[in-house]
Amino acid sequence: MSGNGKAPMVAVEGVKKVYRRDAEEVKVLDGLSLEVPEGDFVALMGPSGSGKTTLLNLIAGIDRPTAGKVVVAGTDVAQLGESELARWRSRNVGFIFQFYNLIPVLTAEENVALPLLLTSLSKKERRERALTALKVVGLAERSQHYPRQLSGGQEQRVAIARAIVADPKVLVADEPTGDLDSKSAEEILALMETLNRDFGKTIVMVTHDPRAAQRAHTQHHLEKGVLSL
Amino acid sequence: MALPITYNVRNVRVRWQLTLLAVVGIALVVTTIVFLTAMASGFSLALRATGRDDNAMVVQKGANAELTSGIGRNAAQVLLVDPRIARDDAGRPLSSPEILVVASYPRKADGADVNVSVRGVTPRAFEVRGGLRIVAGRQVQPGLPEVIVGERVRERYGFEVGSKVSIQNKPWEVVGVFASEGSGFESEIWGDLETMAEPLRRQGGYQAIVVRLADPSTFEAFKNAWENDPQVQVSVSRERAFYEAQAGPIAGALLGLAGFVGIVMGVGAVFGAMNTMYGIVASRTREIGTLRALGFSRRAILASFLTEAAILAAFGGALGCLLALPANGISGATNSANFSEIAFAFRVTPPTLFAGMVFAVMMGIVGGLLPALRAARLPITTALREV
Repeated sequence: MSGNGKAPMVAVEGVKKVYRRDAEEVKVLDGLSLEVPEGDFVALMGPSGSGKTTLLNLIAGIDRPTAGKVVVAGTDVAQLGESELARWRSRNVGFIFQFYNLIPVLTAEENVALPLLLTSLSKKERRERALTALKVVGLAERSQHYPRQLSGGQEQRVAIARAIVADPKVLVADEPTGDLDSKSAEEILALMETLNRDFGKTIVMVTHDPRAAQRAHTQHHLEKGVLSL
Repeated sequence: MALPITYNVRNVRVRWQLTLLAVVGIALVVTTIVFLTAMASGFSLALRATGRDDNAMVVQKGANAELTSGIGRNAAQVLLVDPRIARDDAGRPLSSPEILVVASYPRKADGADVNVSVRGVTPRAFEVRGGLRIVAGRQVQPGLPEVIVGERVRERYGFEVGSKVSIQNKPWEVVGVFASEGSGFESEIWGDLETMAEPLRRQGGYQAIVVRLADPSTFEAFKNAWENDPQVQVSVSRERAFYEAQAGPIAGALLGLAGFVGIVMGVGAVFGAMNTMYGIVASRTREIGTLRALGFSRRAILASFLTEAAILAAFGGALGCLLALPANGISGATNSANFSEIAFAFRVTPPTLFAGMVFAVMMGIVGGLLPALRAARLPITTALREV
């Protein structure tokens, strides 16, 4: 799939994921393989229970496959220990959640600066980078506002600023427009397109929304734990 | 890398209802514990012998309290020539023969009649007993119907300097107030031995004799010599041991009770604190998942929640100590082996308060540990799914 000879940003090979529910085993992913080239904008679609969020979690390094390999940005994620994996996430992955997941007691700027606490940057540098990220999402003037003082669309933009502030290679988004009205959703999708086009971010997005999926360059459909095209 | 402490401080502030619940809960426990400790420390001080190690206490053979003891004056004369007893420059033995009766007075607080020990002593008593001093007025003059009262007696019966106290139907003037470092003597009325002997019908002898030994290591020899002398019929013990034996069962029971109540309350409070912390963690599960996803380590999350628990508990502890402060100086009372009341003052001391604070913070950390561990161990994907 990556015909130019360059290693893909995300390479998923024969991945199985089995959850144990009481005595019963539930197969969520069943030998799935997928490659995402660097700079691509991928939409993962499929019905509930198809395994698309599980696949996204594996790529993001917050879950581990039962079998198979997940290589992201050149690192075999399953090989990392718990704390190595946490460090790896902080450098390589930016998260965008359906419900924004901002910390309510922190201001927009403090929320954005959160991932930078895991770097060796000084307080001043962290502040500057957080403000730059807020500028990119068009919310520099709201830096001192708390999440409850922002609209849903604004909260999601702060969350996107948090996702890009540490300059990760991959952005993972789980239903980023799922909780927004169509106008806000449109703004968020446009922002993600900009990040992909102008900042070269590789984006993997899970969505139900066909309009959102259309903004991606590549669409993958999942059904019962395998890709169906 | 740790989460900033402002995160915890703001959480404590923003979730103020939950915070208040935890803080008040911990505060009440700390108040109770400081209160009990203050009572126990005042109580043990009152019952502890002020006794000196080089003093020997002589009572009638078989008597385990002063009130039930009687030593004839002749026997006393014989005993006091013992060369092991210290002497002053004039060659007189350093001894304090004492008589003791019990009188009944209405307590100021509720008017109930309560027994008070009345002790007749020689002018040497302060010197021999040690630890005593006049805090108001003056000493009694031999030959005059005068008494001095202990601080607790003045407080509980309102016997001020200048007032009259009835002893055996005769009025005695209160000329002074004395203190004895919190010991049981502060619950007594003292007068001159020879002046009191006749009206108290104690001319024939003494209830006890306290003697200072020139060399404390001769105590055993002194004890053996006199206990085996058929002429005097006395028991000899170290002054401190004598009073400790009297106070022992009561003090032990009360201290034991305070400890027991403290432990039970403490365990209850830990569960309360733990419940609150569980609530706090449960309401923030998704937040924890988010922080973990962003790359914060389990240890950072654990440290953050323990910090928050400790902040909460420290507030609770401080509030609890403040609430307990007014207890300082409150007096309580118990009965002594002389069938009279021994009063004691609650003592809220800096070490007590410090212990209360330490206890509070420990309680918070222990209570916060389990929920914090749960929070840190939760799989990220599970945590993110929770609302």
